[in-house]
Amino acid sequence: MLLRLEGLTKAYPGVVANSDVSFSIGTGEVHALLGENGAGKSTLVKMIYGLVKPDSGRMELRGKPYQPAKPAEARRLGVAMVFQHFSLFEALTVAENVALGMETPPPMRELATRIRAVSEEYGLPLDPARLVGDLSAGERQRVEIIRCLLQDPKLLIMDEPTSVLTPQEVEILFKTLRQLSREGTAILYISHKLEEIRALCDTATILRRGRVVATCTPRERTAREMAELMVGATLSVPERAPGAKGEVALGVSDLSIASPIPFGTSLKAVSFTVARGEVLGIAGVAGNGQDELLLALSGELRTAPDKVRVSSRPVGDLGPTERRRAGLVAAPEDRYGHAAAPDMSLVENAFLTAGLRRGLAARGFIDWKKTRGFAEEIIRDYDVRTPGPDVAARALSGGNLQKFLMGRELMQGAGVIVINQPTWGVDAAAAASIRQKILDQAAGGAAVVVISQDLDELLEVADTFAVLNEGRLTKPRPTQGLTMDEIGMMMGGAHGMEAAHHAE
Amino acid sequence: MLRLEKRPNPSRFWLYATPVVAVILTMVAGGLLFALMGKNPFAVIRTIFWDPVFGEFAWYLRGQLLVKAGPLILIAIGLALGFRAGIWNIGAEGQYIMGAIVGAGVGLAFYPTENRLIFPAMIVAGAFGGWAWAMIPAILKTRFNTNEILVSLMLVYVAQTILAKAATGFLRNPEGSGFPGSRNFGNYPAAANPDLIDGSGLHWGGVAALVVAVLAFVLLSRHALGFQIRLAGQAPRAARFHGVSPTKLTVLCMGLSGALAGLAGLFEVTGPAGQISIDFNTGYGFTAIIVAFLGRLNPLGIVLAGLLMALTYVGGEMAATNLGLPAAAIQVFQGMLLFFLLAVDVLTNYRLRIGAGAAKAGAR
Repeated sequence: MLLRLEGLTKAYPGVVANSDVSFSIGTGEVHALLGENGAGKSTLVKMIYGLVKPDSGRMELRGKPYQPAKPAEARRLGVAMVFQHFSLFEALTVAENVALGMETPPPMRELATRIRAVSEEYGLPLDPARLVGDLSAGERQRVEIIRCLLQDPKLLIMDEPTSVLTPQEVEILFKTLRQLSREGTAILYISHKLEEIRALCDTATILRRGRVVATCTPRERTAREMAELMVGATLSVPERAPGAKGEVALGVSDLSIASPIPFGTSLKAVSFTVARGEVLGIAGVAGNGQDELLLALSGELRTAPDKVRVSSRPVGDLGPTERRRAGLVAAPEDRYGHAAAPDMSLVENAFLTAGLRRGLAARGFIDWKKTRGFAEEIIRDYDVRTPGPDVAARALSGGNLQKFLMGRELMQGAGVIVINQPTWGVDAAAAASIRQKILDQAAGGAAVVVISQDLDELLEVADTFAVLNEGRLTKPRPTQGLTMDEIGMMMGGAHGMEAAHHAE
Repeated sequence: MLRLEKRPNPSRFWLYATPVVAVILTMVAGGLLFALMGKNPFAVIRTIFWDPVFGEFAWYLRGQLLVKAGPLILIAIGLALGFRAGIWNIGAEGQYIMGAIVGAGVGLAFYPTENRLIFPAMIVAGAFGGWAWAMIPAILKTRFNTNEILVSLMLVYVAQTILAKAATGFLRNPEGSGFPGSRNFGNYPAAANPDLIDGSGLHWGGVAALVVAVLAFVLLSRHALGFQIRLAGQAPRAARFHGVSPTKLTVLCMGLSGALAGLAGLFEVTGPAGQISIDFNTGYGFTAIIVAFLGRLNPLGIVLAGLLMALTYVGGEMAATNLGLPAAAIQVFQGMLLFFLLAVDVLTNYRLRIGAGAAKAGAR
C-alpha cells in the first residue's frame, strides 16, 4: 500500500469540504477521483499535496505518518502534481520553466539533457530550448508532466488533464500514464470524463458533498452508473426536437483579425453561417483562436462592417452593446474577470450583459429591484447554489458561476448566441441541463455557436461541426456520421506527435 | 506567526470599521511621536481633534473647518470617480491651480464691470481650466499609452510655474505697486465668492461640494455610467465585454476630476484666498488623495473624511501656534493617517490568522 487516507476532514467557514474521507492507493495503481464540482476533490488533493492542512484524520505514505506542511515537502517524499491550470512563464524556455520548479536545479545543459532523456523514455517529445509561449496546450501539459517526472515521483496527481488535448494527444498521454503505472508509479487521476476513467483507471473513489459515497472498478461499471453515483440522482440525456432550419441568422465571411492577446492566435479568413434553429459546434484545442473568435463575435474586437452580419445586417464595426441590441449575445470562457466581475455581486453581474435586452435601466438609471428579480430568476431556473443574489461572484464555485452566466445569456431571448466552453468545469448533471437549455434555445429559433474543447459535448448538441486550428476554421460539416478519427484529423492530428510511441 | 487568508466575501464590518481603526491608530502613533518630541501627547491630540469643534475659539474655527473641507471634498470626489475606474489622476493640484488661473483670468478681464453673469462665467471657466489641464495626461494616455500618474504629477510643477508667472506677470494687479499677486476679488463684488452667511465659512464652494457629493453618490450607486466606472476598476476585461470603451472612460474620468479640481481652485481663489498669488492656499490637490481613500472612494464617506482632514489642518495649525509643534510633525501626522488606513484596509478582503498549523509543522 502506497498511500492510505484515514478519516480526513476539512471544513471551511460555512462549508465542509471533506468529511471523514478514507481510501488507499496501491503502488502502481491508477486511481480515479470522481465527483461533481464542489464535491471536495480539489481540497482532498490539496491536502495530499501539502497545500492545505486537514482539520482531522491522518495520512500514511509507505506505512509512515505523512503530514506534508508544504508542497516542497510532499515533492521530496515522492508526491507530484500536475495542475489543471498550468503555472508556466510564456516568455521563458521549457528548460527554464522546469528549473524554476526545482529546489536545486542542475546546470541548464545538464537539465536539457535530462529533459530530453525523460521525454524520449515516456514518449512525450519536447524540445527544452523552445519558448513556452509558442507551445500548444498539449505541449505545455507535457512540460508540467516532465517537470514532475524529473523528481521520480511515487505518486503523480493529475487534475483534469485531458481537457486541453486532442483525441490523439489523449492517447499519447494514456500510454505514458500506463507506462508509469507499470513501472510502479501510482496515479491519482481527477476527471469527470467517465469514458476516460473507464479506459484508464483501476479503481475509482466517488465523492459527493465531501464524503466518499462509493468505491468501484470503473471497467465493470457503465459511465452512466458512475455519473449517477456521482450526482446521487438519475441523469437525463439532452433531448433535441428536430426543428426545421430557418434563414441565416449569423454570417461571418472572410474574417481575419490579429490577436490582441500576447502569444495569441490570429484568425485567418474564417467564414461560416449559422441558420435559425441551428447549433454550430466549433472544436479545437485551446489556444487555436477560440478566444479571438469570441472577441470578434462579441464586439470586443471590431472589424469591417460586413465581416460579421446578424440577420444580414452588418455589425462588424459595432461594439458589444450595439451587437446585443442587434440580437447577438456572447459568453466568454474566462468566468473570473471576463464574463463576470469577481468582486461584484450576482445582481451586478446580471446587469453586466443583460441590462440592455432585459430593460433593466431606464434613461441610464439602473433599476436594481428589477435586476435583482432577474438574478433571482436565473438562480432559480439554472439551479445556482448560492446563499443569495448579493454574494460576490468569486464566492461561487466555478460550476455554479458558470450556470449563472449561462442563464444570464440564454435568458435574454437573443436571436444569435455564441458560447465559448459552456460546461467547462461544470459537473455532469449541471452540464446536461445547460446543454438541454442550449438545445431549447435552438429549438426556439435561435442560431447558436458553441465553441468547446469537449468533443462529446459538441457531438451531443451540434448540428454542424467545424474545427478551429491555428486560427483557420475548417468547412462546417453535418455532425451526423462524423467519426472520432475524422475529427481528430480535422483538429490537426496530435500536432506532429504521431511518431510518439512508435517503439511500442 | 501571522498569516493572511483571503475572505470569500469582502467584510462589510471592516469596510466601515477601517477608517475608525485607522484614526485611532494614528492618534496612538502620533501621540507617541509627540511624546518623543517632548510634548504632552494628550494635550496635542486634544488641540487637534477637540478644540476646533468644541474649544474656546470654536465659533471661528468651525467656519475654518468648512473652508478647508470644501475644496478637499470637491477634489476628492472627482479623484474617487477616477480611482474607482482605475484611472490614477495624481495631478489634481495642477488642475486646481489652472482652474483658479483661468477662472480668475476671465473675472479680471471684465474688471470693473458689474454684472450678475460674471461669476457664473468664471465658474464655467474654472471648470474648463481644470478639465483642459487634465486632458493633457488623458490624451497622452489614450493616444500614446503614457502613464497618467507620472504625466499628471509632473504637470503640477508646470502649473505652479505658470501660477508664479500669473502672479508676477500677466495677472498682476496693475495698481499693486509692483507687488506680486492679482487684484483682490474681495474688492470686486461681481467676481467675489464671500461667505453665504457671514462667519459661517460656507461659500459657494462648500455648497458645490455637498451637491457634487450627492450627485456622485447617485451616479455610482444608481446610474449605468457609475456601474461602468466601478466595473472598469474592478475587472477591466469584463468592462470591455460589457461595452465600455477604455478610451472614452479615461477621457471622461480625467475630465471630470480635472473640472472638479478646477472648480475648487476657482472657489478658493475668489473666496478664502481672495487673489491669485504665488502660493495661494495650495496643497489641497494632494491632500485630497488621502481624503478620497480615507472616505473609501465613497462620496458620502469623502464628505466625512474631508471634514476630518480639515480638522487635522485646523487643529494642526492650532497645535503649531499654541504648543510650538513644527509644521512637519503635523504633516507626518496626516501621512500616518493614510498609512494606517491602507494597512488596516487589508482586513476588508483578508482575515488575520495567528499561529498557522502549517507553520508549526514546518518548524519541526
